[in-house]
Amino acid sequence: MTTECQVQTGAEPQPPAAHPHVSDRRSGIRAGLPFALATFTLGISFGVLAEPVMGAVAPIVMSIVVFGGAAQFAALSALAAGAGAPAAIVSGLLLNARFLPMGFAVGPSLRGRPLRRAAQGQALVDASFALASRGDGSFDRGLLVWSTAPQALAWISGTIVGVLGGAAIADPQRYGLDAIFPAFYLALLAEEAGSRKAVAAALLGGAIAFALMPVAPPGVPVIAASVAALIGLRRG
Amino acid sequence: MSAAWITIAVLCAGTVAIKSVGPLALGGDPPSERVSAVIRLIAPALLAALIVYEALSVDGHGPEFDARLVGVGAAALGLLARLPLLVIVALAALATALTRALG
Repeated sequence: MTTECQVQTGAEPQPPAAHPHVSDRRSGIRAGLPFALATFTLGISFGVLAEPVMGAVAPIVMSIVVFGGAAQFAALSALAAGAGAPAAIVSGLLLNARFLPMGFAVGPSLRGRPLRRAAQGQALVDASFALASRGDGSFDRGLLVWSTAPQALAWISGTIVGVLGGAAIADPQRYGLDAIFPAFYLALLAEEAGSRKAVAAALLGGAIAFALMPVAPPGVPVIAASVAALIGLRRG
Repeated sequence: MSAAWITIAVLCAGTVAIKSVGPLALGGDPPSERVSAVIRLIAPALLAALIVYEALSVDGHGPEFDARLVGVGAAALGLLARLPLLVIVALAALATALTRALG
């Protein structure tokens, strides 16, 4: 669909649904920077754990081309258990499947030809999704794309340090770094919860994830929680 | 090719595909009222699920109730006190680290 490929002049008046503010590269990178430390230490843990299983090169390549912490850890534990490639692929994909609903959420906020939009969609990670959300259903595509840059750098360099044997400095738990992401998402959720429906969707989504956690494979509780968004179809 | 490399190749292709579907399907045109009513709620639903997942899961399994909960509680207090985002996140890490050090 390349029907209305609007050239963005910037001077053109936008329809009321469009949001004028899109962050530039610098502010996007700055927004992503604070979480780079936590991501870096996670990258180290991944490198340390992956090296004995996959060798030195594969974990680094994986962090570059797959670039999904949870999915990589899941695939790694399947490989480490000797479960073989199919099981590792399924566990990894289950964790990354949450980017499907996230992609639908950000889709309308992206601009340009389909290929360009799909390329922007590759910057989707949990943190950039959370940062870019404006709380009204729209997303700041500058934040989405550029806040991912420091995260990617941290994840890849962390993996390299881990593979090279940086185990000694990698203990995210000791410094409480594993509490950073839930706290961060909580703060961003507080900004999201502007309407009664948003609060209801959050409570329902959290409850679905909690209920499924003990019984469903890793990744499934989070994807399943997106079903809570369907309460948007209810009137009133 | 070893299992590791097959896994990497397929995971890479699969992830690119997963991340492309939404932007390809919904980009460009403004979605209908019903569709936007749903996608507007995806962020709060997923954020809540991510909080539960990041605070309670261990290697994808759980729930495990540990020092992270103290950190999330500290973050909630920081939110009520209207502290800046970075301070809230730092408080959460500090509270969790202290809980672990003492416990």
